[in-house]
Amino acid sequence: MRTLDQTTQEVVDLASKHFNVPVGSLAPSDDFFKKLGIDSLQALELLSRLENHFGIELPDYEVQGVSDFRTLAERIQSRL
Amino acid sequence: MKNFSGKALRWEWRDGVVELTLDREPANEIGTSLLGELEQFVTAMKSFEAETAACIIHSAQKRGFSAGADLRELYHGAVALPEKERNAGVRDFVERCHAVANAIDAAPFVTIAAVHGVCFGGGLELALTCDIIIADKMARFAFPELRLGLIPGFGGIPRLKRDLGNGFVRDFLLTGRSVNAARAHAVGLVAQLAGEGEALKVARATAAQTTKFDATTRREAKKFIKPIPHDQLRAEIELFCELFSRPTVLAALKDFVERDKANDPMAYLPKSF
Repeated sequence: MRTLDQTTQEVVDLASKHFNVPVGSLAPSDDFFKKLGIDSLQALELLSRLENHFGIELPDYEVQGVSDFRTLAERIQSRL
Repeated sequence: MKNFSGKALRWEWRDGVVELTLDREPANEIGTSLLGELEQFVTAMKSFEAETAACIIHSAQKRGFSAGADLRELYHGAVALPEKERNAGVRDFVERCHAVANAIDAAPFVTIAAVHGVCFGGGLELALTCDIIIADKMARFAFPELRLGLIPGFGGIPRLKRDLGNGFVRDFLLTGRSVNAARAHAVGLVAQLAGEGEALKVARATAAQTTKFDATTRREAKKFIKPIPHDQLRAEIELFCELFSRPTVLAALKDFVERDKANDPMAYLPKSF
């Protein structure tokens, strides 16, 4: 079972890779919309990628209002 | 007309297979330009259907197959008209969408949607007219219309009910949630999963297989296994137009357009539940 810190790091790593942003420039508390420079359609791309990576289904209403990596990781953690 | 290149889409016929490519920025939103060219396509279909085994519908836009109806155009067109004309205009648009969808649904050749990225609302309704949906593993599907105070209006509900079990249909419609390709495959919405960026290639291989069979058998088999739910489609038009006439819908469209214009990153996601 992953810890929340591990899950958060995996989320950050995956977002960094997918949107080609240096991983060192991303922190768990960052607003990922602003830091990655993405819109809602790209956020859905990230959601698909996260679901595939973690092998879970994360309904988008569960991430409604979530904009930082740490909280996103908490939502994922609850589905693992 | 076997080949065509317009402002929102193009098609090319080769060796019994026609490829219809949606290509309107930013995400193939279905407004008057795309609908007009889809109408040209279904008219042109008649001229080559006898020598066609399959049709592949796909997108050249990076963001996906289609994000659905052009809500910006729908809103700006609606507010510019008095209420009576507004409702008549929406009915006309929806009737035209249904005519296109019914023609593709009833095509005497095999139709394949090769889907990547977003396939939402009217885009999903277009994909649902096809016999086979092949999805890139990163594709995402949704009917988010309820957040606008509407139901899908281009034939989505009757076709979804025709193809899938009620457990999924109700969850999908009533929550407005989006589902990934794996879930869509598991429930039977998607027939084949493709690797990332490979949906069109898989669709071409599938189309090539269909060319091997007798045309009459193929046409009759399709009619037998895929009846068109005409009565429910008519009922859907009436319900959509009735719901659209309420002020809450214009308010929801206005909210979407304003959030989108302000680059609200959540504009395409459900606002509240």
